Amino acid sequence: MNRPRAARSPIAWVRANLFATPADAVITLALLLLLLWIVPPIARWAVIDATWTGETKAACDRGGACWAVVTARWRQMLAGFYPSNQLWRVGLAMLLLAAAVLPLAVSRWTRFILIAGPLGVAAAFAVLAGVGPLANVGTEYWGGFFLNVLIGVAGMMFSLPIGVLLALGRRSRLPVIKGLCVAFIEFVRGVPLITLLFMASVMLPLFAPAGASFDLLARALVVVTLFSSAYLAEAVRGGLQAVPESQRDAARALGLGPLRTTVLIVLPQALRISIPAIVNSFIGLFKDTTLLFVIALLDVMGVMRQALADYAWQGVDAEGYAFVGLVFFLACFGLSRWSAALERRRDRRPELERPLTEPA
Amino acid sequence: MNRQVDEVTAALEITGLHKWFGQAHVLRGLDLAVQPGEKVCVLGPSGSGKSTLIRCVNGLEPYDDGRVLIQGADLAGQRRDAETARRKTGMVFQSFNLFPHLSVLENCTLAPIHVRKLKKADADARARTLLERVRIAEHASKFPAQLSGGQQQRAAIARALAMEPDIMLFDEPTSALDPEMVGEVLEVMADLARQGMTMLVVTHEMGFARQVADRVVFMDEGEIIEQGAPAEFFTAPKHERTRAFLSRIL
Amino acid sequence: MPRSRSRSVAGGWPALAAQALLLGLVMLAVLWLTRNAATNLQARGIPMGFGFLGLPAGFDIPQRLVPYQPSDTHFRVFLVGAANTLLVAGLGIVFATIVGLVAGVLRLSRNFLGRALATVYVEGARNTPLPVQLLLWYSLMLAAPPPRDAIQLLPGFFLTNRGLYFPTDTIPRLEGFGFTGGASLSLPLAALLLGLIVYTGGFIAEVVRGGLQAVPKGQTEAARALGLKEGHVLRHVVLPQALRVMVPPLASQYLNLTKNSSLAVLIGYPDLVAVFGGTSLNQTGQAIEIIAMLMAFYLAVSLSISAFMNWWNSRTAVWERRT
Repeated sequence: MNRPRAARSPIAWVRANLFATPADAVITLALLLLLLWIVPPIARWAVIDATWTGETKAACDRGGACWAVVTARWRQMLAGFYPSNQLWRVGLAMLLLAAAVLPLAVSRWTRFILIAGPLGVAAAFAVLAGVGPLANVGTEYWGGFFLNVLIGVAGMMFSLPIGVLLALGRRSRLPVIKGLCVAFIEFVRGVPLITLLFMASVMLPLFAPAGASFDLLARALVVVTLFSSAYLAEAVRGGLQAVPESQRDAARALGLGPLRTTVLIVLPQALRISIPAIVNSFIGLFKDTTLLFVIALLDVMGVMRQALADYAWQGVDAEGYAFVGLVFFLACFGLSRWSAALERRRDRRPELERPLTEPA
Repeated sequence: MNRQVDEVTAALEITGLHKWFGQAHVLRGLDLAVQPGEKVCVLGPSGSGKSTLIRCVNGLEPYDDGRVLIQGADLAGQRRDAETARRKTGMVFQSFNLFPHLSVLENCTLAPIHVRKLKKADADARARTLLERVRIAEHASKFPAQLSGGQQQRAAIARALAMEPDIMLFDEPTSALDPEMVGEVLEVMADLARQGMTMLVVTHEMGFARQVADRVVFMDEGEIIEQGAPAEFFTAPKHERTRAFLSRIL
Repeated sequence: MPRSRSRSVAGGWPALAAQALLLGLVMLAVLWLTRNAATNLQARGIPMGFGFLGLPAGFDIPQRLVPYQPSDTHFRVFLVGAANTLLVAGLGIVFATIVGLVAGVLRLSRNFLGRALATVYVEGARNTPLPVQLLLWYSLMLAAPPPRDAIQLLPGFFLTNRGLYFPTDTIPRLEGFGFTGGASLSLPLAALLLGLIVYTGGFIAEVVRGGLQAVPKGQTEAARALGLKEGHVLRHVVLPQALRVMVPPLASQYLNLTKNSSLAVLIGYPDLVAVFGGTSLNQTGQAIEIIAMLMAFYLAVSLSISAFMNWWNSRTAVWERRT
């Protein structure tokens, strides 16, 4: 007997999904009214009456959004003040950064992330700063969205080894090591990032030997790395806890010492388990890079605010921030979808991702 | 619509029950009637649809075709009818499903207080009587996590009985228990049977079926292959598939 | 594996020596840094110590809960800033929880429109950086018209370029060039609250959703099998269990909101970081002491929330399976 063609007509679907109960119907109507109240004015402002190109605000005379501020300065928003004939180096650096992140996506290569990550980032820096035949481009010219990506990925890659060490140290039986790690982690996680950035820009010079000066970008990178490492330590800690004790027992029974056990058996499994948490931490870090303009770095927010301060673009703040928000939303939404896909894949093929011995 | 009162209404009447999970035809036109006071055991290999059957009877799964009448009330009928039907059944789950945040006593009084509108004192008294019947009265104020599996399942039986159902449904009640605790639960179920409760039990426990059931039903691939009194069923099964199943189990 | 000769010391004597060495190195580093700091501060003519807290601040703080005058001390500035921060944090936590609860429940509802809109909100709020959201809301509010042409959002709620007016026991009414009656939130405060509530609400929605989904399906099945109606099932069976799962991540979100309130400095709301870490720091130059006090404040809040969380967890530990 064949399944009766349950003709799910559109009307039946509407009835089940929107008007199933009187309460449902009320909610549906209320939400529809809300949409009707909000969407048309926004659509009119953002799209229909908007001006898309122009050199100054005066060109935006149609009453809607003035996106010209974005189109007029798109190159700066992307790459800051990097020399326009060397922009290909920015593209190459982006590729190197993508390669550095790749081991997170391919489960068989994950154990190499601790090596490939920092290496890829170092290579990207070399390409951007100028090494060998490439002309030198000082960090004061680096800016725009690529700076957010650079600091985000670099921060993540440098903080991963530190975070792993912190996580291991936190589980140590030696009180001094455990104490120092816990103190560092709880301290960094307990304060807002903006205070740490202030600390970097204002306090660090005070602690340095007289006369030493630090590149602003380097300082920012140090802060971001240390900040991220504390959060990563927590993400990796979860993974370490998830590796069953029986794995360590088996390794010991085979004669592997504690160091080899950790490096060869426990850590690879822990990292694989923590990948979703690591990727989420990266997404958070990436969003946090929008604070860097506070210490005078010209990331995409810094560039945007500079443009908005220009007399030619008075009063288009909303459009500027809306654009930056949209760019980050697309990037972060994409990353979080990817992370969800990674998690689904991990759940579907547990024998590849999880340890082979499950606790009884 | 209710049947005429001059007939003895069947406790449970299933006609032409069909259910699909996606493309899989899980229940293929089942007909089953359970008389008041009858104890029916449903046996079958995994995947035969026996759990699905009992979940359909309880309203936990919607079915695609056919009719389920519980003491004449249509499970899929108007709201009033459906609620009446549901209230007449009590269900015991394989994984107990006790409420972990309530004590054993509270587990048994929650529904009577909120559905039957009993006063707390009355509900408590009823619950304690039931807990004595299933022999865990001394654990009344403990939380489920503090009890053994067997004790938890017995508490779950008391909880279902607290709603004074006409039919008790059991979905593999002992499959999740350690072997040494199976006996205590089966004893309670046998007691219940002796006291005249109408029971529909999905189980693997052949000994129980042989001793307690009035009728044994064998299901395979969504159909009832054979049914009969336990004496004949276990000694002289008529169908090939029944024989094959029994030879694997016994 | 060789046993350490002394079992009373974790790891044995070699480990103890190593730890002593490590501790010594850390202390040496701290000493070196301190010496550098002292030298540098002296060279710049900046005093050390907390004496500055007794000096008059000399600047005004426009919005405050605690009474304050420019002749008050820097310590008072710290108090005013802390009170402002706690005000934002408190209001933000309450309303973000409400928004998050509604959005989280909607995400799981039968209603397609509810699910879709909740998803759009949650994904949008979580994936847009908070500094950007704050600046966006603030710039939109700055574009509000003067009180004469105030936008009425709801009966009694008016948005103007001077602030957001809302009714208390009297309703705001236009008189002349301003409003009388009711109370008002300054634009920076309104923008900060809106941004924090929208952003954190998105994360809380996910926490709520996770909590509701963590309750095993068998629980709702058992409850329904007993005849309990939907409302009762939610109230007596699902919510208590969901709440237990939700509390730790909720506490973490509350802490995040409190820390994020420090972004007030971006839009001119005088929170602790803005007044004490901004103006006071600029005036006295004593960055180390001031930043240390700032961090101590946030650490204190963080530890309080952790303590509460641990207490809550121990209260519900009796449900845990004792294996």
